[in-house]
Amino acid sequence: MNVLYILLIIPLLSLLGVLVAKKDRAIKIISLAGSILQLLAATVITIYYVCLRGDAGSSASMLFESSFDWFAPLNIAFSIGVDGISLIMILLTAVVVIAGILVSWKIEKQTREFFFLIILLSLSAYGFFISTNLFVLFFFLELAVVPKYLLIGIWGSGKKEYSAMKLALMLMFGSALVFLGISGLYYMAGEYGGHATWNIQELAKISLPVHVQEILYVILFTGFGVFTAMFPFHTWAPDGHSSAPTAASMFLAGISMKLGGYGILRVATYLLPAGAQNLSWIFIILASVAIMYGAFATLMQRDLKYMNAYSSVSHCGFIILGVAMVTKAAFTGAVMQMVSHGIMTALFFASIGMIYDRTHTRDVDKLGGILKQTPFIGTAFIIAGLCSLGLPGFSGFVSEMTIFVGSWERTGLFYRIATVLATASIVVTAVYILRAIGFAIWGSIKNKEYLILKDATWSERGAAILLIAAIIIIGVAPFLVTILIDADTSNIYRQFLLNNI
Amino acid sequence: MDSYGISSLALVLLPLLSFIILAVAGKHFSPKISALIGTSSIVISAILAFYIAGGYFFEFGNISGAFTKQIILQFNWLQFTNDLSINMGIVLDPLSVMMLVVITTISAMVHIYSINYMHGEEYFERYYSYLSLFTFSMLGLVVSVNIFQMYIFWELVGASSFLLIGFYFTKPSAIAAAKKAFIVTRFADFGLLIGILMLSAGAKSLDFFTIIERLATPGSAYLANFSGSFIGMSALSWTLLLVFIGGAGKSAMFPFHIWLPDAMEGPTPVSALIHAATMVVAGVFLVGRLFPVFAVSAPDALLIIGYTGAFTALFAAIIACTQTDIKRVLAYSTISQIAYMMFALGVAGWGADKSEGFTASMFHLFTHAFFKALLFLGAGAIIHAVGSNELKNMGGLRKSLPITHITFLIACLAISSIPPFAGFFSKEAILSSAMHSNPLIYYVGLFTGGLTAFYMFRLYFRIFWFKKPEVHAHNHEMHTWFMNIPLILLAIGSVVAGLIPFGHFVSANGEPVELTIHLGSVVLPVLVALTGIATAYLYFARESFRPEQSVARFRLFYSWAINKFYIDEIYLFITKKVLFNLIGKPIAWVDREIINGAINGTARLSMKTSEMIKPIQSGRTQTYAMFFMGGALVLAAILIFKFV
Repeated sequence: MNVLYILLIIPLLSLLGVLVAKKDRAIKIISLAGSILQLLAATVITIYYVCLRGDAGSSASMLFESSFDWFAPLNIAFSIGVDGISLIMILLTAVVVIAGILVSWKIEKQTREFFFLIILLSLSAYGFFISTNLFVLFFFLELAVVPKYLLIGIWGSGKKEYSAMKLALMLMFGSALVFLGISGLYYMAGEYGGHATWNIQELAKISLPVHVQEILYVILFTGFGVFTAMFPFHTWAPDGHSSAPTAASMFLAGISMKLGGYGILRVATYLLPAGAQNLSWIFIILASVAIMYGAFATLMQRDLKYMNAYSSVSHCGFIILGVAMVTKAAFTGAVMQMVSHGIMTALFFASIGMIYDRTHTRDVDKLGGILKQTPFIGTAFIIAGLCSLGLPGFSGFVSEMTIFVGSWERTGLFYRIATVLATASIVVTAVYILRAIGFAIWGSIKNKEYLILKDATWSERGAAILLIAAIIIIGVAPFLVTILIDADTSNIYRQFLLNNI
Repeated sequence: MDSYGISSLALVLLPLLSFIILAVAGKHFSPKISALIGTSSIVISAILAFYIAGGYFFEFGNISGAFTKQIILQFNWLQFTNDLSINMGIVLDPLSVMMLVVITTISAMVHIYSINYMHGEEYFERYYSYLSLFTFSMLGLVVSVNIFQMYIFWELVGASSFLLIGFYFTKPSAIAAAKKAFIVTRFADFGLLIGILMLSAGAKSLDFFTIIERLATPGSAYLANFSGSFIGMSALSWTLLLVFIGGAGKSAMFPFHIWLPDAMEGPTPVSALIHAATMVVAGVFLVGRLFPVFAVSAPDALLIIGYTGAFTALFAAIIACTQTDIKRVLAYSTISQIAYMMFALGVAGWGADKSEGFTASMFHLFTHAFFKALLFLGAGAIIHAVGSNELKNMGGLRKSLPITHITFLIACLAISSIPPFAGFFSKEAILSSAMHSNPLIYYVGLFTGGLTAFYMFRLYFRIFWFKKPEVHAHNHEMHTWFMNIPLILLAIGSVVAGLIPFGHFVSANGEPVELTIHLGSVVLPVLVALTGIATAYLYFARESFRPEQSVARFRLFYSWAINKFYIDEIYLFITKKVLFNLIGKPIAWVDREIINGAINGTARLSMKTSEMIKPIQSGRTQTYAMFFMGGALVLAAILIFKFV
């Protein structure tokens, strides 16, 4: 049996457990145990992968491959396989899910449904990252949309119906484009490559005509881009995040946005190198706009969740920029940024959620003195902030720097200007992060009610410590990540070298 | 790795260890334990630094007549591309060894002093953990083998400075100052980062010594990568100027100087360590590290650094004469003194006869660390006793603070470069190297020397004389030897540090340089300094009308100077008006109204459309029948017209 099935079986069993469990507490324990088990399994598989990878050499681009037919008339097969990029995303998902379950420990409203949906979301992410068949990949991408709608609509706050609907519709729009794009790939492969296929590995070997590649590239990049909150399709993010319950926000920004990032790299760019070569300038412009635009929009927010949502637009702009720059180092940086932003933003939302649970406000003008009253939560927020502004020692620095260096590899005035613009955001980011820290976390306590606030509970501490540990490990030992993904970004980049010849 | 290698590794890692222990478990420790952990680790580091310096300068560093770099340790930390990678490592060369001694010594003094000064403060252990973090980062910065490694520690010292300035995090002014310091230096770091990217793209390496080798060799093939030019300067000069901008931010050169005076919001020992002796000279260190590239391949960039330094020196000294907050006077004096180091580098060149300025600059960095740290620690003692930073609350303190008085006087004499105190030798070296190569900068430096003497002795007389000594119960020297010992040790340093034959140890190319002091060239600067002191004596030795008279005479200029030439207001205008109102607000508006509006509009449009076509699906058979009949008729008509 393929080891990757473990990654699907554990969440499936947890789902079953959640359904049959009698007490709320049992549901929570099952979810937590399942997610921890999943992280362990993912870690073991990663180590196993690294060992095998050395033997397999760089020729095999995926390991643990297997496939069985799902719907033979349309060549739809349940094909799975992983490389370093998928594995690091799976590890990210596992970490964020554990943290999300831990911060939701106090949920009392419809506990069973809540945890069911959270695990279903994680299942869809795991499925997405291991599938090598575009149709199956799309299936999992779609599977993730509905739970998000329900999580925001039922457990959310504020104008939750509006936000849930907006998020679902905009993501559906992205999905529609993605489906259009992958169907195009499927039929064009039949037309120009001899046989129609959904399989990523096989598609990579087929070289489509340039004009076909260009059209499909724009469609697919935009479609996945909606999931990554690419400018100007980012407006679901601020409303969605601000209305979502903490765990859903963490999942949404931490993982869901990365589905899009993974898609633009693995599908749009890897399979359509000529399209990327010719038209990536469109997305470089959008990305550099998004980076500065998101940063300045963040500057004007007073609500901590809006702040983090807009800063996510800015930070995900780096992912798009890295992928669109089409150099090996930029690809590596983009993957690192996906992981880094996933963890960091989860930590941000977790600490914002903790603050909101206690003070019932997220308005920076009303907050203040959080560090004095609840030092643990305040410190977690500050660490997330310092990671966000790219302080060395945390994951944000290494990923952003890799993207900058990778982008600088592209010579030419256009690329240089885009890179400088992106780099300039480190200043604006510092401004808004330090404002948030200065107003909300430091300062003296403005509201007397806050004098009785209690610091983080054990589960909240567990979540924050897990995320902080992940941030610091990547920040201090980035080579752990590059060892894992280096061969695979080379592989993707090789498509371009082949194509130019 | 021999014993020196292990010691240098331990030297760097001990403060890190202390930081980790204090950060993770600090709140369970008593203040005594926290202070013990922090202080002992840095004292051991300081001992190791002297051990390594001894070994380097007298045993293994000197290879065939010149000090050469010794890379103790190097490993690949992050590979970007085939050429570019961040290598972490430790390099020992005259520059880094000298810095190790300075950093660990001053840091140890500050650690010891803080035991008493910070006694009873809330978050005592956090204070020590931040100090350890800072010391670690600063040590990592100076031993860097790779420009990106240096950038990493560069950012880390910035962050620890931010945390320490904001140590009193419930105080609004401290919060504002911490933010300002970080953001202004971040802005400069943006320049540095672009500079690094450009440098690495041309030199195809991020390692300092590879860059130097490739770019500081005339005719090197890599210089061709910088073939373009812009406004009369080569691409390499622009690149190096961008790097210098980063240095100017950290070293508070005009126009990035505005954060340093505000940074005085931090605890006073922190100002002594970070904002006087160590972190703020990182910019000088950076230029010093890349000095061969500057001097050989981009002398025009070096000249700009020289003028920037000279202007900043004068500018800051003028402001220092008018400030009334004792720590702010010292802050402007720091800016001015660092500017001396900067312009000393600027007037230097490559070659045996021209590179004296380099040695002079490093010499001044070395001596300045002692007397400026001493001034700040002395100021801390004064503030501790008086309970205020303002000069108007001081006066006549010489009886109640005898040790502080003597040590402060020594430091004032040293900074005013009165022989035989330390500052005399280093500033003399700077001025004599400027005199040979750039008379304009020399005269600016000379005049600033007079101002320096004036504002320092203004402080001295104003604090310790001015009024009749009164011994109040609350403001005599209550502090213990924890505060006095660092003062005395630093005072000794301020006296003897200048007597070290510095040119024998530190020079641009490793070969010994003789810093000769000619009697002829010394007389003028000393006379100017004495004039400054005499003027200060006339004005401030006792209460008089003279200061007010002079202020009245130069009212306009005085009001500009006391308002720091309105540079802060210009910045405020740029940030508040331009960034927030002109860029931020419109973008936020566009986002909510236009882009979000478009999305909502699409949704509304589809709603409207469906409202419009909804009547068709009314569910009434008659309507359907009518549509059916109508459709059939139209179809029939088309068929008839087509075929009949």
